[in-house]
Amino acid sequence: MCAAPKQGNTLIEVGNQTVIQGQVWHDGAPVAGAYVRLLDSTDEFTAEVVTSPEGEFRFFAAPGEWKLRSLAQVGKGERVLAAEVGLNETTLVIE
Amino acid sequence: MSRNDVLVTVDWVQEHLGDPGIVLVEVDEDASAYDGGHLEGAVKVDWKQDLQDPLRRDYIDKAGFEALLSARGIGNDDTVVLYGGNNNWFAAYAYWYFKIYGHRDVKLMDGGRKKWELDGRPLSKDTVERPATQYKAGEPDFSIRAFRDEVVSSIGKANLVDVRSPDEFSGKILAPAHLPQEQSQRPGHVPSAINIPWSKAANEDGTFKSDEQLAALYAEQGFDDSLPTIAYCRIGERSSHTWFVLQELLGKSNVKNYDGSWVEYGSLVGVPIEK
Repeated sequence: MCAAPKQGNTLIEVGNQTVIQGQVWHDGAPVAGAYVRLLDSTDEFTAEVVTSPEGEFRFFAAPGEWKLRSLAQVGKGERVLAAEVGLNETTLVIE
Repeated sequence: MSRNDVLVTVDWVQEHLGDPGIVLVEVDEDASAYDGGHLEGAVKVDWKQDLQDPLRRDYIDKAGFEALLSARGIGNDDTVVLYGGNNNWFAAYAYWYFKIYGHRDVKLMDGGRKKWELDGRPLSKDTVERPATQYKAGEPDFSIRAFRDEVVSSIGKANLVDVRSPDEFSGKILAPAHLPQEQSQRPGHVPSAINIPWSKAANEDGTFKSDEQLAALYAEQGFDDSLPTIAYCRIGERSSHTWFVLQELLGKSNVKNYDGSWVEYGSLVGVPIEK
């Protein structure tokens, strides 16, 4: 399914997956309902999710360079990260 | 067929909320999105529970489509406006169904839920009830649906448009990255396919790019207008988005959606694969 699974930091089986997860923040609080997209090293869209009520997002990627970009009513945020096999946690701040 | 016949803006939809003869239909993969707030008066269609055959891997048959639309209170003469999450992937998939079964007037809301939400437009949690209808579907139109044998025989002879992300096309990952990468089928793509990700046809807010931008996009990627076209992705919903662009917005002829897509092709025994 290309469905967007429920976002949230419930315990998941990471195994040999490369998981990128975290929260979107703005003005000292998590942002619910923000659109977060994962872009590959060429800036091409790979996936997009909507953050949970706690502002959480999660992607199942592959090791390498990725860019996270968030789009919400309050504005935009962006961050680059190098992911490795396992859990990669990050915070995306909308200034 | 042109853009104005098949696409409406969020402004247009907001101005026509509640108009008789127009039925808004939200199509989601995540049914909780609708329950958390939907456009006023919109009915819900769950792409999996409502649009898929519960037993076989196939879409619902004619009787199933008639029962679904009748229960949702959609008549043959209604103008159906589809919208949804995921940049309208599943709404475009439903649009393709409405065309398969010959609905007269169906449109997509440009930008879908995302555009509506980002604009801060009103959502409703009211229960929507419409009186049941006696919907009559047409015979399925297979001129817009491709099956696996046709895909194999089209290698090197048609525009095979793989609309997945470059990393799925190259076989680095097996599914969009918001999903666990656990599938067992072989990664890669159909030989001779060109990779034009669906996302290149859309703006960041989920709206479609202009006709001029879209025409340039496919021309630059080697799309040959003299050939028939088959679009595919992983399960057929992102390729519905591209099918919509090619046939409905750009007016190209002989365009099919291969809804079996990589989940089927990448599991077939003996077919050629490239990485």
